[in-house]
Amino acid sequence: MSSGGSTQRLPVVITIVVALMLMVVPLPDWAAPFRPDWVALTLIYWAMMLPRTWSVGSAWIVGIVLDVAQGTILGQHALALCLIVFITVRFHLLMRVFPLQQLAATVFAILALYQFILFWINGVAGIDVPAVDYWGPVITGTLFWPVVLIVLRGVRVRIQLGH
Amino acid sequence: MVASRTSNTNPARIPALGVRVLLLLFASILLMVLDHRQNHLNTVRKAVGAAVYPVQLVVDAPFRLWEWIRERTQSRDEMQQELNHLRNERLFTKAELQQLNALKAENARLRDLLEARGRVRDEIRVAKIMAVDANPYRHNIVIDIGEREGAYDGQAIIDAVGVIGQVIKTGLTTSQAMLISDPSHSLPVEVNRNGLRTIANGTGEFDRLDLPFITNNADIQPGDLLVTSGLGGAFPAGYPVAVVETVNRIPQDPFADVTATPAAALDQVREVMLIWSSAETQTEMQTETEPDDE
Repeated sequence: MSSGGSTQRLPVVITIVVALMLMVVPLPDWAAPFRPDWVALTLIYWAMMLPRTWSVGSAWIVGIVLDVAQGTILGQHALALCLIVFITVRFHLLMRVFPLQQLAATVFAILALYQFILFWINGVAGIDVPAVDYWGPVITGTLFWPVVLIVLRGVRVRIQLGH
Repeated sequence: MVASRTSNTNPARIPALGVRVLLLLFASILLMVLDHRQNHLNTVRKAVGAAVYPVQLVVDAPFRLWEWIRERTQSRDEMQQELNHLRNERLFTKAELQQLNALKAENARLRDLLEARGRVRDEIRVAKIMAVDANPYRHNIVIDIGEREGAYDGQAIIDAVGVIGQVIKTGLTTSQAMLISDPSHSLPVEVNRNGLRTIANGTGEFDRLDLPFITNNADIQPGDLLVTSGLGGAFPAGYPVAVVETVNRIPQDPFADVTATPAAALDQVREVMLIWSSAETQTEMQTETEPDDE
């Protein structure tokens, strides 16, 4: 694992950049509150599978980039992503052996926590947002989790074969 | 926080994870306080923003390409139609413009007589709204003009029919702008008919503004045009903002319940104009306190 650091990292970075793009792709007004949190899902997957390379530090940096891309308070997504990736890394061995339903339930809980942190920071900063805007991404994120799982598993298998 | 019972030989144990998380959480909180309370981090934002720019460009590219293809493949008939339409429109506006020049001269003379400060023509530049969704919690847009082109925080943005919003965060090549419909946006306006001054707040809906500070006996009625009053300094005076829609006078309350519909279609525009006010109005702006934004 220690060898070939950069060749291993590039595909993961690309998946994260794609997730960032999906976060800023314009959606119709009715769909915008239901945009799954692609960046969070991607980071959860990599933290679960490659926790030594993709841990809280990278999550924090990605969070800052996301904050700038979306114009939210600098540090808001960084803090939230950092915390959920920490939880994922702590339980990554357990999560790897979970069956799909149980894993989906865990991801649901993690996404709910993620949105709660965002909600909490918005509350402290005095930004008023209807509560439904927070639940949308949690539900759609859980629904899209199997898709993320399959796509990223393909990327991971390719990385490890190449290695 | 790190499970103390797992031994060091356990492959699952990531070294110093707890410490790192605590440090990063502390760093995020520090960043948020600095960013939200004092806006100290504009340079950081700009640096990271430069890294984000390619992502925005790539996301925006297919939409631009589609537009380009549509332009190229328009049929000759349609083009001819549009050309005729534009020619007619140009004729009309030119006719109106002739009058405008005369009126402008007259206005300047009258202002001279009154010894009032002359109004200087504002400079305008067209910007495109990038097909990039910004802040999910706010009514924000991303435009393709940044500091390199001279955009600045608080700059007014209009479209062909009315005021759209103002720039809130300038990047190097792109900027974020807040629409007037954002719940935290307030805009000093006046009724065009009689000069009644008030404030128009955003409501979070694209087609409604709120006018909370109008007394029950104020002279305002549905259909009144609201224009920017120029107070507060961020917006130059005289641009149309909205049309009063409902006036609901409530006898027991001190203020009437007044709503207005923005003149510009805030959720449909693709091209906007940035206004550079004259240097004179900018110095004026610095001396006044700015009620807009937070």
